[in-house]
Amino acid sequence: MQTTLLRTPLHDRHVALGAKLVPFVGWEMPVQYGGVIAEHRAVRADAGVFDVSHMGELEVEGPRARELLQQTLANDLDKIGVGQAQYTLLTNEQGGILDDLIVYALEPTRYLLIVNASNADSDYAWLKERELRGSEVSNRSSEYGLLAVQGPRAIERLGLPQASAFTWAMGEIDGVEVMVNRTGYTGEDGCELMTMAEDVVALWDAVLARGVVPCGLAARDTLRLEACFPLHGNDITPETDAISAGLGWVCALDKEFTGADRLRAVKEQGPRRRLVAFVMEEKAIPRQGMSVVEGGDVTSGSLSPMLDVGIGLAYVDSALAQPDTPITIDVRGRERRARVVRKPIYRREETA
Amino acid sequence: MAAEESYPAELKYHREHDWARIDGSEAVLGITWYAQDALGELVHFEPPEEGAAIRRDASYGEVESVKAVSDVIAPLSGEVLEVNRKVVEEPETVNEDPYGEGWLVRIRLSDPAEADGLLDVDAYRAVLAE
Repeated sequence: MQTTLLRTPLHDRHVALGAKLVPFVGWEMPVQYGGVIAEHRAVRADAGVFDVSHMGELEVEGPRARELLQQTLANDLDKIGVGQAQYTLLTNEQGGILDDLIVYALEPTRYLLIVNASNADSDYAWLKERELRGSEVSNRSSEYGLLAVQGPRAIERLGLPQASAFTWAMGEIDGVEVMVNRTGYTGEDGCELMTMAEDVVALWDAVLARGVVPCGLAARDTLRLEACFPLHGNDITPETDAISAGLGWVCALDKEFTGADRLRAVKEQGPRRRLVAFVMEEKAIPRQGMSVVEGGDVTSGSLSPMLDVGIGLAYVDSALAQPDTPITIDVRGRERRARVVRKPIYRREETA
Repeated sequence: MAAEESYPAELKYHREHDWARIDGSEAVLGITWYAQDALGELVHFEPPEEGAAIRRDASYGEVESVKAVSDVIAPLSGEVLEVNRKVVEEPETVNEDPYGEGWLVRIRLSDPAEADGLLDVDAYRAVLAE
């Protein structure tokens, strides 16, 4: 079967930069330009830019928009007002995680949801089916381009004013009007710039001209793994729940939302397994799908470019979830020692 | 620094992107420029034990980049005399110098006649062009 991969408006730019392009959830995306490790370190030391235009943008509008989202999303929207954003989960009746996303309060009656590319259509369908009279859900994914500019010097290089994490404001970068979202997926300071799809090439060029390093999805993955941000489809899925995943802080269990009763039950009984971070104690790189010998499964694994050791996330029996617990990873038939660590695995030293 | 694409004429090649430098009853083995380029920066080499027997066309080790793992296929059968510790410690050596300092193992050939079944550089380049 021949399938056509979708391309972002920046495809020609990626090709011109010599990017290695790979299929990713139906999109042809740059996995790396120069090299994963250099790109990763550029984000930790200075600033890097990722084309994340494949991500989905849904809007929910109307006098009952907030009510619809309070019923379907796990976090409490009453904690944020216009100009703010919130990390949250779309959950099913079993308390499983359909997606993780960031919701932005645009107006008292209008919200933007930036969702994973792989789930954009199913999230849209899920919300559309549950629309209330007075709340309209629309899929705006093809209308927008999105660039994540991340790193300790990202804001300075873009000439943007300082702002708190999880806020947004309209802004302008070298003549391109952008929504500046103070969010990200790397554990560094920075922003995600949303603009109209037809303006994203001009925005990309402007960001690169400011000395920001183009980075691919491979570096995005190693950065988020060091920061211990879960990846939907790997670490969190419709079959895993937020409590076991360590995302209880995102779940407002004092309100009603889809699957809330199941999550309360998991919390009360204590989860059987927990998603933990671990670091290899021997030379080996853990990978998704490997087993934890004492009981568990690796859901993400890689080499940490900052620590130069194998790192990962795994669901383990709750008895093994304490930091410093020794565990063993089955690396293609070879047993390799690892240790459970506190999240995040890597945090940049604060410089005075 | 990554090396420039090259395939030395004095080496023998296996279609799974491995090379052999045969010297009498011994050979040094490694992966080709094409293999290291396809993988990207190498971050791990899982070597065989010294003294282990390796078999032509079978995996004798693994090389890993940040994103991928690949078996290393033996172009010839033999006994592992030496593992390149430099590559174990600094796997990126393979990217920098795949035919020199980035060699993987040295073996004693158990069947030197197997060499006749390997590809010369032109035949290997033809495989790459397929």
